[in-house]
Amino acid sequence: MLFWTTLKVALRSLWAAKMRSLLSMLGIVIGVGAVIAMLAVGAGAQKQVLGHITALGSNLLMVMPGQPRTGGVRSGAVETLVLEDAEAVPGAVEGVLALSPVVRGTGQFKFFGANKQSSVMGVNPGYLGLRNFEIAAGRMFTESEVARRAKVAVLGADLASDLFGTADPVGQTVKVNGSAFLVVGALQAKGTQGPFSFDDQALVPHTTAMKRLFGKDYLDEIDVQTTPDADQAAVQAGIEELLRRRHAIRFGQDDDFHVRNMAEMVETATTVTGIFSLLLGSVAAISLFVGGIGIMNIMLVTVTERTREIGIRKAIGARDRDILAQFLVEAVLMSALGGVTGVGAGVAVARLSGLVSGFEAVVQPQSVALAFSFAVLVGVFFGFYPARRASALDPIDALSYE
Amino acid sequence: MDAVIEAKDLVKAYTLGGAVVRALNGVSLTVGRGEMVAVTGASGSGKSTLMHILGCLGSPDSGPYVLGGEDVSLLTGNRLAQIRNRYIGLVFQTFNLLPRLSALENVELPLLYGGATGARRRAASALEAVGLADRMHHEPARMSGGQRQRVAIARAIVTDPMVLFADEPTGALDTKTGREIMEVFDGLHRDGRTLVMITHDPRIAAVCGRRIELEDGRILSDVRNGKG
Repeated sequence: MLFWTTLKVALRSLWAAKMRSLLSMLGIVIGVGAVIAMLAVGAGAQKQVLGHITALGSNLLMVMPGQPRTGGVRSGAVETLVLEDAEAVPGAVEGVLALSPVVRGTGQFKFFGANKQSSVMGVNPGYLGLRNFEIAAGRMFTESEVARRAKVAVLGADLASDLFGTADPVGQTVKVNGSAFLVVGALQAKGTQGPFSFDDQALVPHTTAMKRLFGKDYLDEIDVQTTPDADQAAVQAGIEELLRRRHAIRFGQDDDFHVRNMAEMVETATTVTGIFSLLLGSVAAISLFVGGIGIMNIMLVTVTERTREIGIRKAIGARDRDILAQFLVEAVLMSALGGVTGVGAGVAVARLSGLVSGFEAVVQPQSVALAFSFAVLVGVFFGFYPARRASALDPIDALSYE
Repeated sequence: MDAVIEAKDLVKAYTLGGAVVRALNGVSLTVGRGEMVAVTGASGSGKSTLMHILGCLGSPDSGPYVLGGEDVSLLTGNRLAQIRNRYIGLVFQTFNLLPRLSALENVELPLLYGGATGARRRAASALEAVGLADRMHHEPARMSGGQRQRVAIARAIVTDPMVLFADEPTGALDTKTGREIMEVFDGLHRDGRTLVMITHDPRIAAVCGRRIELEDGRILSDVRNGKG
């Protein structure tokens, strides 16, 4: 009964000073909205990155030269993987379904007036299946073309349209870094967004890439696809064992290569986007904190203004805790109302940013719950001191306050 | 006579700008049940301080104050708030109603703080008793001074207190309205309530059966005019 009266009085006094209440709530609204929107953007980014990774297929192993990246810096020599390493794998390790050496480079593509710089991947025909690419027109190059270092290329969808527009590229000849390549096929677009485009590249035989285009005698990567029933960890261990032997690495010495699996990549991506979310979330949390200070400020003003009211309440028998509850309820009501509005604003902003950028923001129920309860806690925390001050007033002093 | 208030040698001192002011300097008095007492005196005589202490808004520095058989002079804070809530009704010169609450809600409030049952019904009958049955849902801002003071009186009597204190209850009202309010108090007295009125208005003092005059924190005179 007393609780309802307390709530009613709190609502009425907030209503009596509408503008002031709104302005003090604004900090909480922005804070809660920012937390929800930022976490939604973070979750959206995570979902997208994980989508990219799983699109690669979960049974992929990537052998990279050098030691694992530590803090973004690659240490050790990078010219350690050779073609013979790749060729040795299928015979020595069980459970390998497909394998492709990978040589990366950049090529300047020319076709009459069209001129474009794009990445060139030197691979074998198996790469198509490894990375889930589909041929849109023409064909993939063949093993025999690989064996004779044929100057043939399969173009990614974006590269093909940049060079040829809507015309069929198959059968045309393009210049790559000055030498003529026959376009034998074009890839279906992967339709991926973000900074990594799988469509802006050309595939050529790895032998051609090594000897004719880039003059390399080492590989940048070996992609291995395991059979569906194979134990991935065992395959990975087998490859590591084989390469250690081939590279004559003694026990206790660091490897000059490393094998990455998809689980590891998912983990890395989760960590990175997690840090991203945490960063965005903490900036938002700070604004929520600042909103709390706004509430405390206005509550201190309110307590001073209503000193006489406090005196009256005490005179008719309100205990300290009744006064404390009165002002605490008012502060929490303000932060909770701000929280509700902020939830609405946050969801709207997340939706809107999704519409505008095409970068999906995922509003998670737990982040809504988190932001709202944090807002209420902010109200309790910052409302407590002013309420405490109100409850500690002496009734005589409060009654004679003008 | 059944004593409601028994105070002996009450002392209350304040420090004001470095100087110690003895607002009450040994006041002893006894008020019996059903008495209507006027406390008069020049401003600064200590009558407001006396009302604060007798009304349990503050504690005396020394001297026992027995209210309804219980020594309340050593109580503080929440315990004192409970005493005010249950045994004391306070009426002020400036009404001291809460804005934004209707007359009924104002009168209800002491009962809600005391955790009493049937608050709404009791508040309504208190308002009827002061002749405001038709104004229950008005807010104080929409009432005249006399009506507001009636609401304040209703709030003071709603808990059925042992003693009613009024500090210059007609001080903010015109003569006619003041007389009406005094009639309300007189009616409460006739119903057997104990009243202590702080005033400097001789006409009010004349209505009361007993008149205590204070000067410099001491009782100057204590006269019964035979009416009480």
